[in-house]
Amino acid sequence: MSSIGTGYDLSASTFSPDGRVFQVEYAMKAVENSSTAIAIRCKDGVVFGVEKLVLSKLYEQGSNKRIFNIDRHVGMAVAGLLADARSLSEVARDEASSFRSSYGHDIPLKHLSDRVAMYVHAYTLYSAVRPFGCSFILGSYDKDDGPQLYMVDPSGISHGYWGCAIGKAKQAAKTEIEKLQMKEMTCRELVKEVAKIIYIVHDEVKDKAFELELSWVGEVTNGRHQLIPEEVRQEAEKYAKDSLEEEDDSDEDNMRWHVSQRLHSTAPAAGESPTERGAFRDKPQGTMLSLQFNHGIV
Amino acid sequence: MLQETGTEWLSQEVKTGTTIIAVEFDGGVVLGSDSRVSAGASVVNRVMNKLSPLHDKIYCALSGSAADAQTIAEVVHYQLDVHSIEIDEDPQVRSAATLVRNISYKYKEELSAHLIVAGWDRRDGGQVFATLSGLLTRQPFAVGGSGSSYVYGFVDAEFRRGMSKEECQQFVVNTLSLAINRDGSSGGVAYIVSIDEHGTEEKVVLGNDLPTFFDQ
Repeated sequence: MSSIGTGYDLSASTFSPDGRVFQVEYAMKAVENSSTAIAIRCKDGVVFGVEKLVLSKLYEQGSNKRIFNIDRHVGMAVAGLLADARSLSEVARDEASSFRSSYGHDIPLKHLSDRVAMYVHAYTLYSAVRPFGCSFILGSYDKDDGPQLYMVDPSGISHGYWGCAIGKAKQAAKTEIEKLQMKEMTCRELVKEVAKIIYIVHDEVKDKAFELELSWVGEVTNGRHQLIPEEVRQEAEKYAKDSLEEEDDSDEDNMRWHVSQRLHSTAPAAGESPTERGAFRDKPQGTMLSLQFNHGIV
Repeated sequence: MLQETGTEWLSQEVKTGTTIIAVEFDGGVVLGSDSRVSAGASVVNRVMNKLSPLHDKIYCALSGSAADAQTIAEVVHYQLDVHSIEIDEDPQVRSAATLVRNISYKYKEELSAHLIVAGWDRRDGGQVFATLSGLLTRQPFAVGGSGSSYVYGFVDAEFRRGMSKEECQQFVVNTLSLAINRDGSSGGVAYIVSIDEHGTEEKVVLGNDLPTFFDQ
């Protein structure tokens, strides 16, 4: 969907003739250049996972965090320009703190999300400022209202979700998330799945080293947002790495199966995948081998 | 005996020298107040309702300076209106009490009013909060106003946790009646408000219907 809005894209206070505000769209592209962050809401909490690319071996481990704490019960995972995201995390913290001061209790997540989204939206109205180049996901857990998950994007829209992904591999991540039955899972089960999804969508070729940032908030943490404890994290990473190896093995098996199908079948079996090339419709003896790669992702 | 020439009341501050009380029961609260407003020795209103709504299921009881107390109640009523629309649900009793406390504390040098905030919300059921001088504390019951001094012993002895709504209403009426009997600045009728999950009920107990004790 890339189009150049020459002449109409210089300021956020200008519409294009087809009704678009290009500066906001460009801001969203900035988010798509960043590495992936996902969050999933399950029946007793919310789990965040971020693929934090390590650009230099000289960085201290754990620096440039992408998951923030906003008040005790709210976590925020970000993608996009990190400096913009940090500034917004301060805005969110001020909102939460001022709410607590005026009303005496934790800020409801929908209200916090609305307030920060309004703030982000305000920066899309004027030519004197530029829109924020980051999307972020807010999650919290409350014993009366249960787990909640909201996502805000640079246009200032906020929606509630059961699972969402932002960043470069968000489409692939969303596909994986949709496969999960998150409404029936607990946080402990979900941590492993989140780690697995991040490992799946990570592109080994283009991006090398990455750190997996994981955090959760739910009944298991008594409503406090925290980074995942060490043993849980190790279990999750191990599960993720093991599942990836299994998939690689099963890919090879798949290839062998398909090859043998070509050799032995005389006619295409019902339900053959349409991506197979090979003219075995014309050559029933299957002399053409079509190799099908079953890499699930990116 | 009569040393006053009778016009001092025109210049003295209008106070709701008062008795107010709020009691929590399992599933709601009962608030009660007398109805006397005095300016010095003169009663300027004998039927004032000192139980003021802050929201559908949150009320406050006014005492101290009539103007200060009423104004705080009206401001908080407005703030809760806006707040409940912003968060898209009924406000918590704690929120109402915090708003009252924030005003009472910030302007404590200029104001002279004590509001007891009580109500019902879906998270914590019935709750009573005292906000005297800008503190905020949740209590099983609270009394306030000039008449309360005379009934501390009574309420301490007679209050029990786990009372039913009707027992609470009777407890409130008894307390008000005793205070009215002894405090010159309390009198008139008793207003009772009962709040629970199902709704809010306002009741008036007229002077001659108040319970009588040993001296009557």
